[in-house]
Amino acid sequence: MDFLSNLIVNIGAWLRSLLIGAGMDEMGAALVVKAIGAVVVASFPLVVVIFLIWAYRKIAARMQGRLGPNSSGTWAGPYGVLQTFADAIKMLTKEDVRPEGVDPVPYNLAPILVVFASVVVWAVIPFGPGRELIGADLSIGIFYILAFSSAALVVFLMAGWSSNNKYATVGAFRAVAQLIGYEIPQLLAILAVVMVAGSLSMQDIVGAQDVVFLVAMPVTALIFLLASFAEVNARPFELLEAESELVCGYFIEYSGMKFGMFYLAEFMNAVAVAAIFSTLFLGGWRGPWVDQAPILGTIWSLVKMGVMIFLWMLVQITLPRLRIDQMLAFNWKFLVPLALVNLCVVGVVNRGITEWFPAGASAWTRAGILLVANLVVALATWGVLAAGERRQERRRVAWEAAQVEELEVGA
Amino acid sequence: MLGSFIFVGFLLVVALALACVMIGLSWLLRPKHPSPLKSEIYECGLRPHGESWVQFKAQYYIFALVFLIFDVEAVFLFPWAVVYNWLPFYAVLEGVLFVLLLGAALVYVWRKGALEWM
Repeated sequence: MDFLSNLIVNIGAWLRSLLIGAGMDEMGAALVVKAIGAVVVASFPLVVVIFLIWAYRKIAARMQGRLGPNSSGTWAGPYGVLQTFADAIKMLTKEDVRPEGVDPVPYNLAPILVVFASVVVWAVIPFGPGRELIGADLSIGIFYILAFSSAALVVFLMAGWSSNNKYATVGAFRAVAQLIGYEIPQLLAILAVVMVAGSLSMQDIVGAQDVVFLVAMPVTALIFLLASFAEVNARPFELLEAESELVCGYFIEYSGMKFGMFYLAEFMNAVAVAAIFSTLFLGGWRGPWVDQAPILGTIWSLVKMGVMIFLWMLVQITLPRLRIDQMLAFNWKFLVPLALVNLCVVGVVNRGITEWFPAGASAWTRAGILLVANLVVALATWGVLAAGERRQERRRVAWEAAQVEELEVGA
Repeated sequence: MLGSFIFVGFLLVVALALACVMIGLSWLLRPKHPSPLKSEIYECGLRPHGESWVQFKAQYYIFALVFLIFDVEAVFLFPWAVVYNWLPFYAVLEGVLFVLLLGAALVYVWRKGALEWM
């Protein structure tokens, strides 16, 4: 029972003692355990994605009233669980058609880098308390994630531009416009979290959430969620690959496993965003009884990730695609101003609480005041939007009246 | 601290190796029968017309410029956000002033019509 309650750390300790027993020195054993940990962390998203693709198909089939993997014609295991494995084998054995006139170096490098960029962010996702249940508790944790996730943008540009295909080029330029645009509200929302938590380290951010930040800062969470959905091309913002207009966008000319890697990276990014959201706003591994059994922290964080992934699927399956001008306007004219105002309000209010309560405010007081401030921001936003709509309506009515008048004068 | 970065180094190597293994495995398993018809660029089934590396309207250019302003802003704000709990209150207000100045820049860009899609 004692072994089970802290399973992962105990396995690590057992491995280390085994290596030392085999005649290795302390330093070497620690390094080997770290290397094994890196392999485990790197394969975690892959394993999750194998089941995620299956679950996504099942849920999409149920929601959209179409056939799912268990009725694909051939038998694919009970409930179609083996469908993903069948897909993987198919991808691996497909011919890799390299079209003429591509730029070979970026064309071949892009699928490798896209998988690379979506695996490395898992280094700083915490799965439990302490220093063992996180890959590396970097003091710049969230900044590290931002750096690598924005590197994906360069990869999309590489893939689209080197393919020598017009659809791919348009897709790549859309990717640049969309991803750089939505990075700003995402950054500003993260800044608000960093200010309240007082640290960039993921473990410190989790530790600061005596009351989860989703309750304290719902507007910030919403901004981050919308911007992240755009960053991982979830359906309402899925303009860079827009199947019906750009066929596949930036990876149209890829086939076989290279296509499969782009597909894989998309799902891995969705899981990563779910993990980052649950760490920043849902309290990560925190939950009841974690201090008695640290393994529960891992389970809590997986449950929270699961909820966020389900939300991602729900949005992805039910919403139609936006137009490019709507997508850009939504970012630059709504999310960015809102995020700027939200950053100022959260900054001043959070610091104000510290000033007004010299003895230190309790977690619930702080969360309550921040919540009220966030709700005021939300109400003000709603007011501005409603006023804009009324003005547009007035303009339309006036325009129609002028048309009628003109017609009457003409008659 | 150094230990953490050693882990990150391991993970970078493992992630790169993972991607290379995927490519290598498919390279070993896949059939190789190239033909000129197969390797044509996809353009709705028609013969591709000219190269795709041509000049076109740089609508995205202005968005990239606006992005640059805000990205640099974020770089300045990150260190401020980390230490802001220990700064005097007027320094916090100065940070807010900085954000509002960039908000004014956004309003300017908006009024100039740079955010309209043409």
